[in-house]
Amino acid sequence: MLAALHWLTDPWQEPLLRRAFLEVALLGVAGGLLGCWVVFYHLSYSAESLAHALLPGLVGAALLGLPLLVGGAAGLLVAALLVAAASRAGGRTAGGLGVLGRDTAVGVVVATLFGLGALLALSAASPPGLDGLLFGDVLGVSDGDLWLAGGLVVALGVALGLGHHRLLAVGLDRLSAPALGVSPLRADVLLLVALAATLLVAVQGLGNLLVVAVLVAPAIAARRVTRRMGPMLLVSAAVAVVGGWGGLYLSYDAGTAAGASVAGVLTAIALAAVATRPARSRRSGRGARSRARPPRTSPASPAGR
Amino acid sequence: MSAERRDDGTAPAARDDGAAGPSGGAQPAAQNAGSAGPSPAAPVLVRADGLAVAYPGAPAPALTGVSFAAPAGVRVGVLGPNGGGKTTLFRALLGELPPAAGTLDVGRCAVVPQTERSRLDYPVSALDVAVMGALSTLPWWRRPGRAERAAARAALGRVGIADRVDHTFGDLSGGQRQRVLVARALVQDAPVLLLDEPFSGLDTASSERLEDLLAALAGEGRTLLIATHDVEQARGWDRVLCVNRRQIAYGTPEETLTLPVLEQTYGAALATLPGDEQTVVCPPHHHAHDHR
Repeated sequence: MLAALHWLTDPWQEPLLRRAFLEVALLGVAGGLLGCWVVFYHLSYSAESLAHALLPGLVGAALLGLPLLVGGAAGLLVAALLVAAASRAGGRTAGGLGVLGRDTAVGVVVATLFGLGALLALSAASPPGLDGLLFGDVLGVSDGDLWLAGGLVVALGVALGLGHHRLLAVGLDRLSAPALGVSPLRADVLLLVALAATLLVAVQGLGNLLVVAVLVAPAIAARRVTRRMGPMLLVSAAVAVVGGWGGLYLSYDAGTAAGASVAGVLTAIALAAVATRPARSRRSGRGARSRARPPRTSPASPAGR
Repeated sequence: MSAERRDDGTAPAARDDGAAGPSGGAQPAAQNAGSAGPSPAAPVLVRADGLAVAYPGAPAPALTGVSFAAPAGVRVGVLGPNGGGKTTLFRALLGELPPAAGTLDVGRCAVVPQTERSRLDYPVSALDVAVMGALSTLPWWRRPGRAERAAARAALGRVGIADRVDHTFGDLSGGQRQRVLVARALVQDAPVLLLDEPFSGLDTASSERLEDLLAALAGEGRTLLIATHDVEQARGWDRVLCVNRRQIAYGTPEETLTLPVLEQTYGAALATLPGDEQTVVCPPHHHAHDHR
């Protein structure tokens, strides 16, 4: 009993780990909330790509001695412009897209930029510790990083809270959203800006390669156990915080890398949730499901209408 | 005006009975004889004059020569083949496509999209979907509140979904989902409703309920434009607009649903049933989602 208590409290004695717990909690809330929209708007690939594509910006900033935030922002801007250019390269098809197609264009640009970043990072001139950019350095967060993460949580909460119903409307049926006075373009811009901001802040703590875990894994787990967007957002944020802390405990006990442990625990939770049956089929008492299944095969039955 | 329509009694009921059954085409003359239509004093809610609509960058308009006036309280069946311009007309009425020529005079429109287009794995309740209808009148910084939810509940009650307000939208049957989308349009409180093939994929019982609902909404003085492939169903409504990249005909079902007009609308591949010159069977169509 006492041993368990010690196991829980020991890591909190260390100032470095206390900051890490706070950073992971803040990034967990931000990633958990935004991740639900990322999943329903099919932005997981975009999140992964953006995170990879800002590597040369981060490395460049480290080489030049500039703040990583500035380098990351510049990297994102360059990546966005290159993707826009590449998807139009080689002429346009009837559908208005370039012959490459957008996902291919993103793949080419991201591979190029990530390779460039790795080349810079491995050059003789690069300062030590650049592996922190790839895998994060959650034990090395500064006060400034914590304030930045706190500001991100507040900004995301306000933006996603105000936009909630409009984001829902576009996600349900993008084509009929304009007739409801909701612009799909604005919904996309809101989410992409939020995604870019979250990646910029989170990439310093969790690393270029692992940051997507906190965006996608909690949302996947939450989607399996909830049936409404409101509860899904809460569960996702809670899973992200609890899973993130679990990763830090694992790292403390097993001596594993902190960022990788956080990502590992989060994805393990997501996989476990996917392996279990979804919430909806367990609640057969809720009328809707028990009714919906059999009559759907006989559409003429009055019960099916 | 709505009182006049409700008072004229048997006419709407007779129409609905005729259109509801699967063999509704058996007595088309009797149905149409009972069709009273709108009162002459009804205000015109949709008026197009020489309207042409083009997609941006397209060499030629997708729809030309559209001239019609739809008074309050009528159901207008919009007939035409896939790619014939039904959806293009709706987008013009919604203001999404500006007129390339001619004029279009229309009040606020609410659209009832095809239910197949909605995501069924989406974490929203019927109430959540109906509340979306309030977004068109709220500024961007305001979230739907208690008043908007009350309006959405009332609209769901109006379409007969009061007992399933909290059910997941994707768990409802096709007919119920269609009625939730009608409720969402009612929350928008627009005088003109545009319905995009609302009967596609519905069983007979669901179709009958929806048909009754549409008749009641028209009875309240709304103008309904209903895109459909079902010629027999359109026979039970008040007006028919036939389009095939241009307007072929507009008028009462008796005037428009004739063999020559339908041949022009759908091409020549039509069949008449023996012994009934009026009854026309349309060629099989695909329910492609990219139709314009």
